Formats: sequence, C-alpha cells, structure tokens
Amino acid sequence: MARRVSLLIALFAFWAMLSGQLDITVFGQAFLTVCGVISCLFVVWIASRMGIIDMEGHPVHLALRAIAYVPWLFWQIVLSNFDVAMRVWHPSRPIAPRIIRVPNTTRSDLATVIYANSITLTPGTVTIGVDSATNELIVHALTKETADAVLTGDMERRVKRLEGVA
Amino acid sequence: MNAMDIAVGIFLALGCFFALTGAVGIVRMPDFFSRLHPAGKNDTLAVTSIMIALLIRTVEYDYHWTVATKLLLIVGIIFVTAPAASHAISKAAFLDGLKPWTKPGDTEASNE
Repeated sequence: MARRVSLLIALFAFWAMLSGQLDITVFGQAFLTVCGVISCLFVVWIASRMGIIDMEGHPVHLALRAIAYVPWLFWQIVLSNFDVAMRVWHPSRPIAPRIIRVPNTTRSDLATVIYANSITLTPGTVTIGVDSATNELIVHALTKETADAVLTGDMERRVKRLEGVA
Repeated sequence: MNAMDIAVGIFLALGCFFALTGAVGIVRMPDFFSRLHPAGKNDTLAVTSIMIALLIRTVEYDYHWTVATKLLLIVGIIFVTAPAASHAISKAAFLDGLKPWTKPGDTEASNE
C-alpha cells in the first residue's frame, strides 16, 4: 500500500512537472489539476490490477541511496566520453578490443540491470549480455585498461551499496 | 555578450564536438562492436551538453519552469535508452556469432 501511495505521489509530481498548471485559484488550472489527480489515481489502479507495483516496477526504496550513486555515475560518463573521444581522434587509434566475462554478485535483477547499464555508460565498455548460468556479464571492452577497470569490481561495490547489500 | 552567452556557447560547442566525435568514431573504428562505443557514449554527453546550454537559456530568458523540466527529462530518458539500445544491438550481433576484431598480436584478448 505504501508503494502505491508513493507511486501516486511520483506520478502526480511528474504530471505537475510537465503541465505546470498548479495555480488553483484560477478556475481552468484548478480543473486541470483535478483531472491530473484523477488520471494518476486511474494509472495506479490499472498498475495494481496488473500487479506491476513491486520492487522492480517502482523501485522507490533505491531513491535515497541513488542520490549518492547518480552523481558518481555522471562523472564516470564524462570521463568515459573524453577517453573515447581521445581514442577516436588519436592518429594511431590506440585500441585493443576484447570480450571479457565479469563476475556479477548483485542480488536482484534490477541491480543487475543498473550494473550492466552503468558498465555501458562508463569508460570504453559495452555490456553485451548476462550469462545467468554462471552469473557473469559479457562485456566488450575497447582497451585492456578499461577491461581491467571493470574487473577490479569498484563499480559493482557501488551498485551493491545502492542495492543496500554491502 | 555576457557571461551567460559565453557559457551557452561553450556547452553548445562541446555538444557539437562530441556529436561529431561520435560520427567520426563510427567511421574510424575497425569493427561492429568497437563502433558501438563512440555511437553509444558520445551521443549521450553531446545531448547532455546541448541540453545544459538550453537550460541556461531558459533561465536567462525567464521561460516557464516546465520548459526546463522537459529538457531535464530528455537527458534522463537518453541516459536510460542509449545503453539499452547499444546492449540490444550488440547482443543480437553476439548471439549471431559475430567475432569481435582484436588487435593483431594481442594474445590476451580471447575470442570466445
């Protein structure tokens, strides 16, 4: 139930962000705000009927810890871009691509997705797939250094901290 | 020309530079998998820098705040969808058995 209420609040915040019609002293805007609330309630009702309001569908429990994770990820993305840009423009194109297998010890599917997505966004690595039999991520790395950087498991620790395990 | 104009110019130039780098990277990289790196990443930062420039403009010209939230939303959606698209394309190629290019003489890079 708490998750439904938080979904309703999130949906209404989203609606308010897009419409900006929040001056309820004006009749037209008050009408639109009421319509927005009704739409949000309707969406929550449909979603709960479909049974998709769970840890994965509405991961509000990660919201607080994500505040620490997202800025770090963003900084990694900036570094990643400069690194790849350098390799693109460098006359001798200094790359040595390889495919590596990265052990994945995150617990939930959602954390695995966040981890794989973060690997794709950060320096010179793209996640190709998840081998669920051995619980490994198949990662294409642009250089040996970037491959080693993923294998140190620093990012995995941060994702697990986000997940609340470590 | 004030400080705002200079900041907007810098971010727009940075965005253009990264978009161009992505395009050049697709031409210069040797094989399919390595082409995904510039295509998937540089575009993310290119869009982000251009959106930062536009955000500065919306603040400067005192537009309605919903304009700014929509710009931020574009950045957020690009951050989620760009890696997902790269992953989907590369997984399709991997399952189809495409062998990644490795540097000649690079014995450590194993071809699975």
